[in-house]
Amino acid sequence: MWFYEKKLQYPVKVTECNPRLAKYLIEQYGGADGELSAALRYLNQRYTIPDKVIGLLTDIGTEEFAHLEMIATMIYKLTKDATPEQMKEAGLGAHYANHDHALYYQNAAGSPWTATYIAAKGDPIADLYEDIAAEEKARATYQWIINMSDDPCLNDSLKFLREREVIHSQRFREAVEILKFEKDRKQFF
Amino acid sequence: MYTPVKCYHPYYGPFDPCPPIRTKCYQTPPNLYLGFQPMNLQQYPLQEALYKGTLWPCLYDPYPTPVPKGGKG
Repeated sequence: MWFYEKKLQYPVKVTECNPRLAKYLIEQYGGADGELSAALRYLNQRYTIPDKVIGLLTDIGTEEFAHLEMIATMIYKLTKDATPEQMKEAGLGAHYANHDHALYYQNAAGSPWTATYIAAKGDPIADLYEDIAAEEKARATYQWIINMSDDPCLNDSLKFLREREVIHSQRFREAVEILKFEKDRKQFF
Repeated sequence: MYTPVKCYHPYYGPFDPCPPIRTKCYQTPPNLYLGFQPMNLQQYPLQEALYKGTLWPCLYDPYPTPVPKGGKG
C-alpha cells in the first residue's frame, strides 16, 4: 500500500513552450529505460528476490513513480499551450492526431510501451545486474537529453534525476555484494 | 586518481564525410568505484542534499562535468 504526497519529489520549472523537447523527454516516460519501465521492473522483481534486498527494490521502485510524475509534469508543461501547428513543427503531428495534448506511454520515436522492456529472470544476480544496467542506461539517456536541451530550469530538474540514477545504481551494486556475502557465509556450516 | 570522465581519440579516415570530433569522452560516475559504501562518510547539509539529489559527497556527480581549473574546455 502507498501513501500519496501531493507534491513533486523535486520542483519542475519550465522556461518556455518547447514541444520538441517534450518529444525527446517522452523517452524517459514510456521508453525502454524510462521511469515507467523502471518502476514496474523493480516492483515486480521484488517478490522473488532474497528477503534482504526486497525493501531496496520496493523503495527504489516507488521512487521511480515519483520520477515518472516529474517527467509527466515536464512533458505536460512543455506542450500545454502548443498550437497544432507547433506540435506539427516539433515532430509531434502524429501524436497530436492520435492523442491531442494527452500524454501517452511511448518512446521518443512513438513506439508504445511494452512489457518486453522489463525482465524478471527469477535469478537474483541476473535480475540485479539488469537493474544496474537499466540505471546506467537511464543515466545516459538523461545526459543525452540534457545535451540537447537549452532550458536551464528544466535541466536543473533533469540533473537531479540523473544523480538519482547514479545513487540507485550504487545501491543495486551493494545489493549484489550483500547476496554474494550471504552465499559465502553458508560454506562455514 | 579518480576522474568522472574518460576520453579517447577515435580514428579519423581521410574520406570521412563529417568534420572530425578528435576527442570522444564518456562518463564514469563514482558508483563504479565505491564498492560497498563504508559507514560514517561525510554528508551534505540537508537542504543541499535535497538540491543535489544525494546526501553523500562521495556519490555526487555533477553533469555536465565541470572543467577543472587550468584544463581545456
